[in-house]
Amino acid sequence: MRFLFVLILLWSALAHAGIEARDFSSAEERDRYLMFTAELRCPKCQNQNLADSNAPIALDLRDQLYRLLREGRTDDEILDFMVTRYGEYVLYKPRVEPRTWLLWGGPALMLGGGIVVALLMLRRARARVATVPDLSEDERSRLARILGEEPPR
Amino acid sequence: MSRLRLFIPLLVFIALALLFWRGLSLDPNYMPSALENRPLPAFTAATLDGASISDTDLRGAPALVNVWATWCPSCAAEHAYLNELARRGVRIYGINYKDDPAAARRWIAEKGNPYVANILDPSGHLGLDLGVTGAPETYLIDAAGVVHLRHQGPVDERVWQRVLQPAFSTLENGASGR
Repeated sequence: MRFLFVLILLWSALAHAGIEARDFSSAEERDRYLMFTAELRCPKCQNQNLADSNAPIALDLRDQLYRLLREGRTDDEILDFMVTRYGEYVLYKPRVEPRTWLLWGGPALMLGGGIVVALLMLRRARARVATVPDLSEDERSRLARILGEEPPR
Repeated sequence: MSRLRLFIPLLVFIALALLFWRGLSLDPNYMPSALENRPLPAFTAATLDGASISDTDLRGAPALVNVWATWCPSCAAEHAYLNELARRGVRIYGINYKDDPAAARRWIAEKGNPYVANILDPSGHLGLDLGVTGAPETYLIDAAGVVHLRHQGPVDERVWQRVLQPAFSTLENGASGR
């Protein structure tokens, strides 16, 4: 029993060994590393970011990212490094440029269009209410009769 | 007019159906190389034979650049076809990607050598500059060393006929016409 316990303890140390240990010079550098590994897409495995992927290429790119951060490169330089090699594909957050204007502006356009349509419908409905003529005395008593009420005196 | 309006949902349906149909026929794995229409990155490396080679040495005629490794099962599958292409006169350069040179030499001795030269890239840095995501990958370059297309996965008769050969012939004819 005790043997099993020790075995399990040792096993947990082994599992921990699979995690890459990296030393950062500052909390800010670490935050940038975490930000980039979350926002860059693994070119091999489609729907995983660099942080989540176990693909060898993702490991290589994490190494490169770490190196670039240690060299003090700016965010733009790091993104350029990735994009010149692996294309816009690796950016989970595409850059704002003429080609992606529709992508970035699309939701706002849809919302604006929806508001315009809603306003138009509202205006039309209001106009319709305004044009319903008042009932005449005759019609009013007929209506009351149909509804089973006494005609108003 | 109001009659025609009844058809709006149908038109919307048809538009969406066409959109989704198109979406289904796209290959989500297709990723064009970021290097397309750009020259190979500059490099100087050792070859498998112990010589030195740089990016300018690959210029002169259209060629294939094949990224391979002995740990890659698909590379073993495509090797016989690469031998066949080399026999037909296609210039093929190899990039031995993240591999052990001794194992690579054994592999070549065993399976035949389709390569004009083999560039050693044990660290994978050259592969990274090329945008390699895994072996095997094959790049088609022209006489000036500009990348024209990249194929991910093994090259076989079908890939050659459909993807690489049409572009390769265009490059060859362009080069001889000049």
